[in-house]
Amino acid sequence: MGCTKFDEHWDKSIWDLVVDACYEAFEDAGIEPKDIQAAWWSSVIGGFLGRSLNYALKLDYIPVSRCENRCASGHDAFFNACYAVACGAYDMVLVCGAEKLKDAGLPIPGVVDPAEPYISRVDTRFPPPAAYAQLAVRYFTHYGIPIEKGKEILARIAVKNHYNGSLNPKAQFQRAITIEEALKAPIIAWPLGLYDCCGITDGAAAAIITTPEKARQYRDDYVLVKGIGMSCGMYQGEYKDDWSLTYIEENVRASRMAYKEAGIENPRKQLDLAVVHDCFTITELVIYEDFGFSPRGKAPEDVEAGTFELRGELPVNTDGGLKCFGHPIGASGLRMMYEVYKQLQGKAGQRQVEIRNQLGLTHTLGGTPVDSNTAAVAILGLRGA
Amino acid sequence: MVGIVSYGAYIPRWRMSKELLGKGLKGEKAVAGPDEDSLTMAVAAALDCTKDVDRSTIDGVFFASTTSPFKEKGVASIIATVLDLRRDVMTADFGGTLRAGTTALKMALDVVKAGAARNVLVVSADCRLGAPGSAFEQSFGDGAAAFLVGSTNLAAEYVDGYFVADEIYDVWRRDVDIYVQSWEDRFVYTRGYLRVMREAIAGLFNKAGLSPGDLYKAALYSPDARRVGELARAVGLDPRTQVQDPMIDSVGCTGVAHAPMLFVATLEEATPGAKVLMASYGNGSDTMLFTVKEGVERLRGARRGIKGHIASKRMVPDYTTYLKWRGLVTLPERRVPMAVSYPSASAMWRERHRIYPLHGFKCKKCGTIQFPVLGPSHRVCVNCKTKDEFEEVRLCEKRGKLFSFSYDFLRGVPIGLINLEGGGRLFLEITDADVRELKADMEVELTFRKLDLWRSDGIYGYFWKATPPRT
Repeated sequence: MGCTKFDEHWDKSIWDLVVDACYEAFEDAGIEPKDIQAAWWSSVIGGFLGRSLNYALKLDYIPVSRCENRCASGHDAFFNACYAVACGAYDMVLVCGAEKLKDAGLPIPGVVDPAEPYISRVDTRFPPPAAYAQLAVRYFTHYGIPIEKGKEILARIAVKNHYNGSLNPKAQFQRAITIEEALKAPIIAWPLGLYDCCGITDGAAAAIITTPEKARQYRDDYVLVKGIGMSCGMYQGEYKDDWSLTYIEENVRASRMAYKEAGIENPRKQLDLAVVHDCFTITELVIYEDFGFSPRGKAPEDVEAGTFELRGELPVNTDGGLKCFGHPIGASGLRMMYEVYKQLQGKAGQRQVEIRNQLGLTHTLGGTPVDSNTAAVAILGLRGA
Repeated sequence: MVGIVSYGAYIPRWRMSKELLGKGLKGEKAVAGPDEDSLTMAVAAALDCTKDVDRSTIDGVFFASTTSPFKEKGVASIIATVLDLRRDVMTADFGGTLRAGTTALKMALDVVKAGAARNVLVVSADCRLGAPGSAFEQSFGDGAAAFLVGSTNLAAEYVDGYFVADEIYDVWRRDVDIYVQSWEDRFVYTRGYLRVMREAIAGLFNKAGLSPGDLYKAALYSPDARRVGELARAVGLDPRTQVQDPMIDSVGCTGVAHAPMLFVATLEEATPGAKVLMASYGNGSDTMLFTVKEGVERLRGARRGIKGHIASKRMVPDYTTYLKWRGLVTLPERRVPMAVSYPSASAMWRERHRIYPLHGFKCKKCGTIQFPVLGPSHRVCVNCKTKDEFEEVRLCEKRGKLFSFSYDFLRGVPIGLINLEGGGRLFLEITDADVRELKADMEVELTFRKLDLWRSDGIYGYFWKATPPRT
C-alpha cells in the first residue's frame, strides 16, 4: 500500500499526490506499474472520469473505473476491486483514492450535490458540522447528559486522536492537545468546537490487490480482506419521525455484514484495532455503540475508562483518525486501510499496538445523521487470523 | 349585507430602535427580517385571518402592495396556493398607490354584494424603503393585514363609502426608484394629505348622514405621528379618544397595509354596534364606514392580529445589519465552494404542492407521514414499503417540537429537525430566533419565508422555516 502525507499541499497537484501514493504502493508490493491489469479510482471532486487516474499514472490502456460514494468512496472502490479479483477477472489491480480539497473547498450537501444538478433548491442547506451537531444535541438529550459533560466526553476523544496523530509523521496535525484546549476552542457548529471537527485536507492513498495465492509469491506478511460490509440508508432520518437520532443504523448493518464474513462475534475482544470515521468526535462516540464496542448509551463510560486509547482495551484511530489526517474524501478509506495494514505488519513505529488476533477494522461513513448515510466497513487480517 | 367576516395581521418580530437612525430619536419600528418581504408577510396575515375558516367557501384572493417582490408575477395566486384554495378562485394583485389595500377591500365588498363570490380574502402588505438618513426611513414600518369579506357571520358590516381621486406629485416612487420620494413637506401635507383626507371624510359624513360624534373610532392612514391629530381636529374627531393610535412609534407607517392594520387594531377593541371609519391616502382617498357586529366577539383571542404580534419582538442589533437585510450595502460575493446548482423554475412548478402549502405524504397502509424532501413525489413508504398508496396532507399550519438543532457559522442561521404534531419530520432553518434560547424539545411553529439562494438565476425562492411561537 501507499499513502502520502496528508497536508495542505499548496505546492503539489492532485496528480503529484496520486503518483506519490501509487509508486509507494508499487514499491511496497514489489511490482511494476505494467503489472497492473485494471484500476479503480476514488475521488469525489478530484477527477470525474475513471481515466482521470491514468492521466497521472499512464498505465497502458487498462480499464479504469471511477467509484464515487461520498465519504465511503475509498472503501467502495476498494470493494469493487476486490470483487473483480475474487471473481477471477483479474489478479493484480490498483485502487487509488485522492482529493485536493484545499484548492476548491469542500462540497457541502445541499449546496452542491452532483446528483441533483438542477432542482428547486428550496430545501434547507447545511454544512456537515451542522448536521452532526444535531446528533450530539440529541444523543446528550436522549441520555440525559448535560451539554457541558457531553462536550467533555467528546473532548476526550479529540485528545486521544490528537495524541495518536502526534506519533504519526504522515498526519496533517501532529500536535497533542489537552482537554482544556479542546473545550475552549472556538465553536464551529454548536455544540461542536474546532477540535470536534476534522480538517479539510489534501492527500492520496493506494492499494494493490491480488489473490492470496499470488500474494504469497511476493511476501509473507500480506494482508487479507477478511470481510466487507456496506449499507445505504434511504433518507430515513427525515422520513421517519420516530428516528431517534442517537445512532446510525447504516453503521450497525455494515459492521454486522463484515463481522459475519470475518467470523467475528465479539468485536471488542477480537479486533486488535479499529480505524473509524471520526469526521466529528460525536460520530466516533456513536460508532463505538453502533459497532458493538460499547453497549447502547455506555460509550461515554468507556471513553472515560480509556478503553479506546492507544494502550487501551481496543485502540481506535491509532493513526490519529480524520481528526489528525483531515478528510480528503476519496482518499480517507484507503488511508485507514494503510494504518491497519502497517499495524498488522508490525510497522507502525511508536503507535504500534499489540497484535493478538491479527484483525483490524476500517470504516468510512458518507452522509449525515439527519438524513441518511452510506457506511462501509472492511475487516483486514493476517494469514493466521 | 356585506362586510368583514374575519381579520388577521402580521408584524415582523424584528423592531429597530429609532435611536439607531438618529441620536435621541424615540420609539421603534417594525422591520421585515432578512427572509421577509411583502409576499411572506401577506401569507402570514392570510393564514391568521383564515384560521378555522372553511376555505372551500373562499372564492377570491386579492393582494395589495406597492412592494410586491414581482413587477410581473402574481402574488395572490401564491397566497391561494399556500392556503390550498380551489383552483377556480378569482385572484388579483393591486398596486400603484397606497390606497391599493382599501381599493381591493372595496372591490371585494362589491363582488360579494353582487353575488359573484361568497367570500373574498383581501391581503395588504408593504415593506417600503426610505432613503438612509431620511425622515421616511424613520417613519416607515413593515406589516400586513388581511380581511375575509363575506355576507354571513359578520364582524363588521360595510355601511357606506366615499372615494376621492386626486392628481398630485406629493409622495411617489418611479419604476426605477428604490426609495420613496417626496416634494417639500409643507406642500405634501397641506395640498395633499390634509386637504384630500378632509374632503373624503367630510364627504362620507355628509353622504352617510353621520356626525363625528357618532363614530367609535377612525382608523386613519397616518404618514407620521403628528399629522393625524391635525386631520382629526379638522374633521371634528377627538384625537385622543376617536382616533386609533397610528403606531408610528411602535410599528411605523406600513404603507398600503397601514389603514387596514389600524382597522384590525380597532376591531380588536370594538364592541357590536360601534361605528368605525377607515380612510386611506394616496392620489386620493378611500373612506369607508363599518358597523361592528356580533361576529367580532368570535374573533377575539382567535386571531393574532395586531395585539398578538406587537408584543413578541427582537431588536435589530445595529444599523449595518438593517442595511444588509435590505440589500443596501454591497458585500463581496460569497465564495461558494465549487459550482452551485441553480434553482429551477420547472422543478419549483413540479414541487409546488410541497413548497407552498407544505404537503406531506401519509401512507394509507401504515399511516406514516413523510415529507417529500427530495422532490414532488414520494412513491414508496419508508416504513412499510407500500408503493403509491398515499394521501397528501397539509403540514404548514402544524406546530412542532424542536427534536434537535445546531448553529454553524458558515450558514450563520440555526437549523433543526422538527417533529410535527400528528406526525411528520422536517429539517428546517430556524428563523427570528435567539440561538441561545433554543432547547431540544421546545415548541416551534412554521413560517413561510424568502430564501437566501446563493445563486438565484433571477428567481426568488420561498419555503417554510421554523420559528419559536409568537404567542
